[in-house]
Amino acid sequence: MIVVKLKPFAEIASMLGQYQSILIVGCDGCSGIYEVGGLKRAEILKQQLEIARELRKGGKIRVKTVSIPRQCDTDIVANKLRREVAEQEAILSLGCGVGVQTLADIYDDKSVFPGLDTMFMGMENRSQGKLFERCKACGDCILAETGGICPITRCAKGLLNGPCGGQVNGKCEVYGYTRDCAWILIWTRLKQRGMMNLFTKFRPFRVNRQHSPRELEKTISVSKH
Amino acid sequence: MSSGRIFSELMREINEGRFVFTGELEPEKTTDLTEVIEAAEALKRYVVACNVTDGPGAYAYMSSLVASHILQRETGVEMIYQLVCRDRNTIGLFADLLGAGALGIRNILALTGDHPSVGDIPDAKPVFDLDSAQLTYMIRKMVDEGIDLYGNPIHKPPKFHVGVAANPNADPLEPEILKLGRKVEVGAEFIQTQVVFDIDVAKSFLNEVNRFNIPVLIGIFPMKSYGVANFFDKNIPGVPVPAELLENLKKAKGLDKQVRYQKYDEINLELFVPFIKELKKTSAAGCHVMAVGYERIVPKLFEAANE
Repeated sequence: MIVVKLKPFAEIASMLGQYQSILIVGCDGCSGIYEVGGLKRAEILKQQLEIARELRKGGKIRVKTVSIPRQCDTDIVANKLRREVAEQEAILSLGCGVGVQTLADIYDDKSVFPGLDTMFMGMENRSQGKLFERCKACGDCILAETGGICPITRCAKGLLNGPCGGQVNGKCEVYGYTRDCAWILIWTRLKQRGMMNLFTKFRPFRVNRQHSPRELEKTISVSKH
Repeated sequence: MSSGRIFSELMREINEGRFVFTGELEPEKTTDLTEVIEAAEALKRYVVACNVTDGPGAYAYMSSLVASHILQRETGVEMIYQLVCRDRNTIGLFADLLGAGALGIRNILALTGDHPSVGDIPDAKPVFDLDSAQLTYMIRKMVDEGIDLYGNPIHKPPKFHVGVAANPNADPLEPEILKLGRKVEVGAEFIQTQVVFDIDVAKSFLNEVNRFNIPVLIGIFPMKSYGVANFFDKNIPGVPVPAELLENLKKAKGLDKQVRYQKYDEINLELFVPFIKELKKTSAAGCHVMAVGYERIVPKLFEAANE
């Protein structure tokens, strides 16, 4: 999922300082799963904003909360929020960067602010209580060749041809040798599977790079039953 | 290798079967190369060529291409232009390589480069558009076929020999050797290694890479002070400084300057003279001496090692 982090409250309060009426829009998608972006978080923020405004004697602030299934869907954003948005000056999005931009595009007469920092596409490990970056969305997946471990994401340099001189005992020079060297992980796994030919293979400069901003035609339509 | 494909003194001497020495020069955060030129002059009699580092440790220093050119012009010593993939995309690397060709640079050491996060501009964007294997591949395409990665022709292609780095201390060693094999497969012509202190580590590495059949220069690092040794030991993981060496340097630390310098030199000579003598009996093509800021040791070291 898309991993997000709540911005510090002081930053949120400062972004919204000049507005009297705010709509906090939660997202039940990726950010909602971790209670960073759902209705519950929206309610907590509403209370915090009201208290903060009262403390600095900034006059009344009117905060409303709502949450929608996915802020990254233009239909949902357009259809489910129109009435709530109409009544407010500003919108605070608790979606990822995609959600913020979808809101800003559709309600282009309102000021839309991000309540979250969007971090990465990650895997969750519940027992460790941690999220780990796993995919850079490069658009040209090579996981079949690398034992299911992505060097583009998990190697700090995104190298395609094995470990660099910055690995020591399987750890990477970035983050002070605390994180795994992706290429040592790949080597270990390919060796286990007897697929060393994939490790020794030379991978040339990648061509047909898809430059941003990328677009994709939907080729499979989702049928509605 | 036919002599028709030899472009540099470095490769000529190696090809003639001579045990060669290369030195290391480090332009720093300055526009003034006076000290580096002096260092090159001190090395001149003993080395066939000198490496010029490219922002080592991801520190933002003077361009290695510009420094290579000035040093070569001012001292007549042949340079090995180190080129890292960290700071330039493929267009930038290619452009600098053409520039190097125009300036008469004949040797390139193709490196991945340290990650910006370990350097002094830690928030700089890491580029790594190519890795060291792909850079080696591109350089051979430029030299041998006169084309870029897309097959576009180069008018008057450059003449370079391309070397690569390896770490004999790497643990695990196997993936390091396999990576080296891949770099040789795409055209690497010589290897210069990371610092080695233990002759047995050098020997087992040489055994592993003999099958690649390309010249290997083993790296050594004479240490001008206890401070340098201690810093290296603490900050360059994977290359432990032998405890005995550290201990001896530490003991000498408190002595008066003149005596101390003499003692430091003795300690280094005791370790590295036998090391080099032993290395000469192996399949190593030479020794890469990284004595940055410690040129004082150079004549003593080479003269003793050549006895």
